[in-house]
Amino acid sequence: MTKRILAIDDSRTIRSLLTQTLQKAGFEVSTAVDGVDGIEKFQHEDADLVITDVNMPNKDGFGVIADIRGGTRNRTVPVLVLTTESGAALKERARQAGATGWIVKPFDDEALVAVIRRLTGAA
Amino acid sequence: MTADMTMRDVFFEECEDLIAALTEGLTAMRDGSTDSETVNAVFRAVHSVKGAAGAFALDDLVGFAHTFETVLDHVRSQRLALDDRILHVLQRSGDILADLIETAREELPTNSAQVDPVLADLQSFLGDAPAEAEDFTFEALTLAFDGPADAGSTYVVDFTPNAAFYTSGNDPVLIIAALQSLGTTRVTVDLSRLPTGLDALHWQDGLLSWQLEIEGLGSDLPILEVFEFVDDLCALQVKLLDEDTAVPDIATATAPDSPVEQDGMDAAAGMAGDMSDQKARNAADKGSTRAASSLRVNPERIDRLINAVGELIINQSVISQRLQHANLPNTAELFADLDDYKLLAREIQEGVMAIRAQPVKPLFQRMLRIAREAADATGKVVELITEGEATEVDKTVIERLADPLTHMIRNAIDHGIEAPDLRTAAGKNRQGRLRLAARQRSGSIVIEIADDGAGLNRPRIREIAVSKGLVAEDAQLSETEIDHLLFAPGFSTAKEVTNLSGRGVGMDVVKTAITALGGRVAISSQFGQGTTFSITLPLTLAVMDGMIINLGGQTMVVPISSIVETIRPKDADLSQIGLNNTLLRIRGEYVPIIDLAERMGQVATLRDMTDRVLLLIQTDSVPQCALAVDDIFDQRQVVVKSMQGNYGEISGISGATILGDGKIALIIDPEAVAQGNSVYAVTNSQNGRDVSYVAAC
Repeated sequence: MTKRILAIDDSRTIRSLLTQTLQKAGFEVSTAVDGVDGIEKFQHEDADLVITDVNMPNKDGFGVIADIRGGTRNRTVPVLVLTTESGAALKERARQAGATGWIVKPFDDEALVAVIRRLTGAA
Repeated sequence: MTADMTMRDVFFEECEDLIAALTEGLTAMRDGSTDSETVNAVFRAVHSVKGAAGAFALDDLVGFAHTFETVLDHVRSQRLALDDRILHVLQRSGDILADLIETAREELPTNSAQVDPVLADLQSFLGDAPAEAEDFTFEALTLAFDGPADAGSTYVVDFTPNAAFYTSGNDPVLIIAALQSLGTTRVTVDLSRLPTGLDALHWQDGLLSWQLEIEGLGSDLPILEVFEFVDDLCALQVKLLDEDTAVPDIATATAPDSPVEQDGMDAAAGMAGDMSDQKARNAADKGSTRAASSLRVNPERIDRLINAVGELIINQSVISQRLQHANLPNTAELFADLDDYKLLAREIQEGVMAIRAQPVKPLFQRMLRIAREAADATGKVVELITEGEATEVDKTVIERLADPLTHMIRNAIDHGIEAPDLRTAAGKNRQGRLRLAARQRSGSIVIEIADDGAGLNRPRIREIAVSKGLVAEDAQLSETEIDHLLFAPGFSTAKEVTNLSGRGVGMDVVKTAITALGGRVAISSQFGQGTTFSITLPLTLAVMDGMIINLGGQTMVVPISSIVETIRPKDADLSQIGLNNTLLRIRGEYVPIIDLAERMGQVATLRDMTDRVLLLIQTDSVPQCALAVDDIFDQRQVVVKSMQGNYGEISGISGATILGDGKIALIIDPEAVAQGNSVYAVTNSQNGRDVSYVAAC
C-alpha cells in the first residue's frame, strides 16, 4: 500500500525537493508550510510518517513532535526531524521531544528514501 | 538532471523571496525595531537559504549563511547587543548573501575579495563566544563498503527495545524487516518476559527481545545502519557468529505454550517469523527495485555510449555495403535481418539521445532574469514571454546555448527594443515585448528570439560594414545579405558596444557558437516592427540523416533536413541567365541553381544539367535554391565527425563522416553553399583556406 508522508517545512525549495524525491520513490506526499499548518494537516490526514523542519515560524519542529506525541491521534507515527545542525544537543532535544530519527540537511536522496522505507516498512 | 535544474530554479526563486524578507527585516532592525519576531524572521530567512543551498552543494553560500545565521542567533538570544556596528555589518551581510546567491545562480566563482572582509566582520562578533563544537557522533551511518573482508559472514544480533523505543514512533517489525532485507535471516523471539495475563500487558513496556542471525554479510555496518536512530533506545549487541556460540532456537525452546502467542497478540514476532523466508528470497531483487526510480549517471558514460552508437551505425553501413557487394539475391533473408538491425540501431540511438534530452525550461528561466537585468540597465520596459519550454534538447546544446542566448537577449533589449518614450511616440505599447520560443520542427529544434522593437536599420548596417571593409562600397546586397552582416567577424566594435550588450564580442561569436552545434541562425526584420532571430539546431548532435551523393567522383553527404525535394530537370524547366547562371523553374517560380561541383572548386563537369540531379534546398536564412549534383546514391544515417579541430572552419563543409567502405565523405553545409557567392565570400577568404584543396584530399 502506498505510504503517506506529511512533510512540514517553511522552505519551498525543501518542500519541493522532498515532494519530488519521495513521490519518485513511490510515496504519497502532502506538505505543510509551518508547524501550525503541519499539526492541522496531521489531524486530518493519516500520515504513515512525518518529516518536520526544526526552525519554522508559528510552531517549530519540536512543538510539532510534542503535539503529535501528546495527542491521541496516530501518536506513535514515526517522525523524522530535518535539520541543518548536527550537534549532540540537538539530537538530545529531538530525542526528548520524541523524534524517531533525524536527517541532516543537505540530505542525500537515496539515504532519505532508504530511511523512510525502513521507518514505514514500505516495500 | 532535469529535475535538479528545475529544483535549482525553485531554490533561486525562493531565495528571491527570502532575500526580500531579509532586506525588509534588516531595514526594520536598522530603523529601530528590536522585537523578537523581526529578528526571528531575519534569522529564518538566512537559515532557509543555508538549508536549501546545502542541497545544491553551494558550499560558499552555505558557509557564509552559517556564520551570518550564528551571529543572528546570538542577537536573537541577546548574547550580542545590537549597536550601529553590528547593524551595519548585518546589512552588508545581507548584500553579500544576495550576491552569493547570484553568483551561485550564474555558476560563477565566489568573489572572495568582496565576501571575506564581511565574513571576517561577522566572525569578529563571535570571537569570544565559544565555538560550538561540531559533534559528529551521530552522523548518519551511510557508510560505503570498501572491500568486504569476507562476504559470507553470519552475524548475530541481540535486540531488546526499551520503552522509549516504542513511544518515539519505532516499530520492531520494521527493524526486523530491514534486517531481513540484508540477507538470509533467522529470527527468534524471546517471550519469557511477557506477563501471563492481558491486564498486565502494556504495549510500551518493551517486554520482547529478538535474536537474529543474518547470513552473507561482509561487515556489520549495514546492520548498524538499520539501528541508526535507535541505538540508544534498545539493548543491542551485534557480533560475528562463531560455531561454538550457535544460537539455540529460543522461540521453540521458550514458553511454547504461551497463551499470548496463541491469542495472536504477538503480532510482531509472528509476522517477523512469517516474513523471514519470503523476505530472504526477495532480498536479492529488492536491491534492484529500490534504485529503479531514478538514476544518476556520470555524463562521460553517456558520451561513451553515444560514441559506441556512432560506431554501431558506421558498422551497420559497413555490413550493408558488404552485402551489396556480395551479390546475394534480393530475397535473401539476410536483407530482412539487416533491416531489423538498422531499426534496432536507430532505436538504440534515439534512446541514448533521449537520455541526454532536457527541456529548455531552465535555460529560458535564466533568460527571464537576464532580460530583467538588461531592461533595468537600459531603462527600458520589457516583458519576456517564453513559449515551448517543454521542448527537449540535447543537454550539451542547452549548456552551450546559454551564452549565445544571453547575448542575443541583451542585444534585443539594448539595440532592438526602443526606449519607452520612443515607443510611445511610434504609437507602440510602452512596454516592449520579447518572445523566446522553442519548438521542434521535422528533425530540428527551432529557437526564436523575437522583439517588437525598431527593426534592423539596414542602411546603417551597410554603412558600418563598408566602413569596416567587410563589403565593397558598390556591392549589391539583398536584405538578407545585409542582415547577415551582423554576424560577420569584426562587425561589432567598441564604438557600438554599450556597457550592456557589448562585452567585446559581437554577434559573430553567437553565430560561431551555434554553428559549432551544427545549427544556424536566421534573421528576419521589418523596419519599425521588430526583429526575429531564428536558431535552428539539429535534434541530435552525433547522427543525422544524410543523402549520399556523387560529385565529380567524390562521395559527399547532404543533410536531408535541408532538402525539400530532388528533381531531375527537363530542358524546359531550365533558363539560362547571363553566361554562367541557370535558373530552375518550379511551380511557377524561378530558383537559382548552384553547381555544387564548381562551388567545391572542382573542374566544371561537362555533364548536361538535365543529366544531373537537383536538390531543392530550403533553409531559414536564404531563399530557395537548387544544388546540382551528379548522382544520388543512397539515403542513410551518418555519424557526424567534426573537422574543425583539424582543419578549422571550411566554408560549405559542416563536417565529415565515415562511409560503409571506410572512406571519408564530407558533409555539405547547404546554407553556407547557398550564401557562398555573396558576402560570405569576403569573410571566408579571411580564413585563407581553399575549399578545393580540402575537397580534393
